[in-house]
Amino acid sequence: MVIEALIKIAIILFVVLTAVSYTVLLERWISAWVQDRIGPNRVGPLGLLQPLADVLKLLLKEDIEPRQAQKWFHWVAPVISITVAFTVLSVVPFGNTLTLGTNTIPLTIASGINIGVLFIVALASLGVYGITLAGWSSGSKYSLLGGLRSSAQMISYELTLGLGLLSVVMLSGSLDLNTIIHSQANGLWNIVRAPIGFLLFFVSSFAETNRLPFDLPEAEPELVGGYHTEYSSMKFALFFLAEYANIITASAVITVLFLGGWHLPFVSALGLSPLVLTIVGVLAFALKVLGLLFIFIWVRWSIPRFRYDQLMNLGWKVLLPLGIVNIVWSAFEKMYLMQ
Amino acid sequence: MAYTTKYNNPAVQRKLTLWEKLYLPEIVRGLLTTFKHLFRPKFTRQYPEERWDPPASFRGRPVLVQEENGVERCVACGLCSRVCPPLAIEVRASETELLKERYPVVFEINMLRCIFCGYCEEVCPEEAIVMSKEYELSFRDPSEGIFGKDKLLVPKAQVQDRLDYLAKMRN
Ligand code: SF4
Ligand code: SF4
Repeated sequence: MVIEALIKIAIILFVVLTAVSYTVLLERWISAWVQDRIGPNRVGPLGLLQPLADVLKLLLKEDIEPRQAQKWFHWVAPVISITVAFTVLSVVPFGNTLTLGTNTIPLTIASGINIGVLFIVALASLGVYGITLAGWSSGSKYSLLGGLRSSAQMISYELTLGLGLLSVVMLSGSLDLNTIIHSQANGLWNIVRAPIGFLLFFVSSFAETNRLPFDLPEAEPELVGGYHTEYSSMKFALFFLAEYANIITASAVITVLFLGGWHLPFVSALGLSPLVLTIVGVLAFALKVLGLLFIFIWVRWSIPRFRYDQLMNLGWKVLLPLGIVNIVWSAFEKMYLMQ
Repeated sequence: MAYTTKYNNPAVQRKLTLWEKLYLPEIVRGLLTTFKHLFRPKFTRQYPEERWDPPASFRGRPVLVQEENGVERCVACGLCSRVCPPLAIEVRASETELLKERYPVVFEINMLRCIFCGYCEEVCPEEAIVMSKEYELSFRDPSEGIFGKDKLLVPKAQVQDRLDYLAKMRN
């Protein structure tokens, strides 16, 4: 059991870390294409070794710690951020079970957990500590403002996130991610059954991951770099990694909750062997995540940043009521339409 | 202090239609615009391989015009050195048997000072100093930035473009 889990952790960490660095490359490419530029294409074929160069550059930079910083918190903040970003992935099922000989291996790290949804929500709210602590401990007004904004924003949008999620929980009648995925196996994904829930969850994911149009904690034109203004070298890199890891995590969670996880419609009808079916499932999952990543990046390069009051208005006056309506609708749907 | 701009002045502001107020359709419209741009031809020039050929009006590094017979046009009047805002030009004059009677023994432009303003070209009575198309200048040492006559003299044919342009624009 333990060895199995360790192997899965090693594989997932490797895959996700690679994916994170390539998401950065993808972001740079898409931003370039949107602006009619070419993007990185010099390091290695097609610029594919660019992430390596980026990492090397960050590693070789001097680590500067401001004199007025709270040393311990300054150090621990990026660690919290990155830990939380990766830990969420431990409950995400990225494939069906894999049968090797007599062993059946569920493709989740923490496969026994049956309250995956709660675990995700709990960790998502922990993520704000990294940013707020970073902002406060830096001893700089820009960082502090960024950190405060972040906490206000996260608290506001967590409600919406929860309400969006609740409709999924109601429809599938379980907090277990595997059950949620199986409830979508018939091809009726939750994005169809709970479109408003999807919208709410998707929008608040942008806020939770601090992505444009909700990247107020960093808002470079007004706050220099926001909460990570005073960070350099590897500590900055950790924040940077955490941001992209968060996007990947959010995409994975959305895939599980709303896009049917590893299920592809009509594939089970082809009569493939279980092993091939599992591999196809993992690939389908990766493809869906990739699609969502593209949307995350695409939105960033299309929509301007919200003003702070607009952000709060949208959160409290539009999304929250919509969330409550959505709950009522989901209950109605569950009671009368899904019989 | 509240300013009135066209963005917050209700008299000028256009009322948003309900469709626009819904916000999401407009976001989708924005997304479609950027999506179209993903496939547009790119503007980027792959610099070291693909170089830019500047037009005649471009102000690259100033050069001295060398006539066909190998003599520079400059008569060492010193006007360029006088007008140069960052004092980048040094001219030392001497006499010659040639028709022009005077010539520069030393003509140096400190390219680390030059701001490519083109005043030297404008003031020169002989059209002896003109702006070339060269824009790639880099030095490893400040002393490399001082260009003497060896580097400044350029055959007339090479700057003919610019001379034609000046002739056209000056009258
Ligand atoms: S271009 Fe301007 S700065 Fe440069 S040498 Fe001529 S006058 Fe001086
Ligand atoms: S103004 Fe012209 S002629 Fe006079 S010194 Fe300068 S380059 Fe020579």
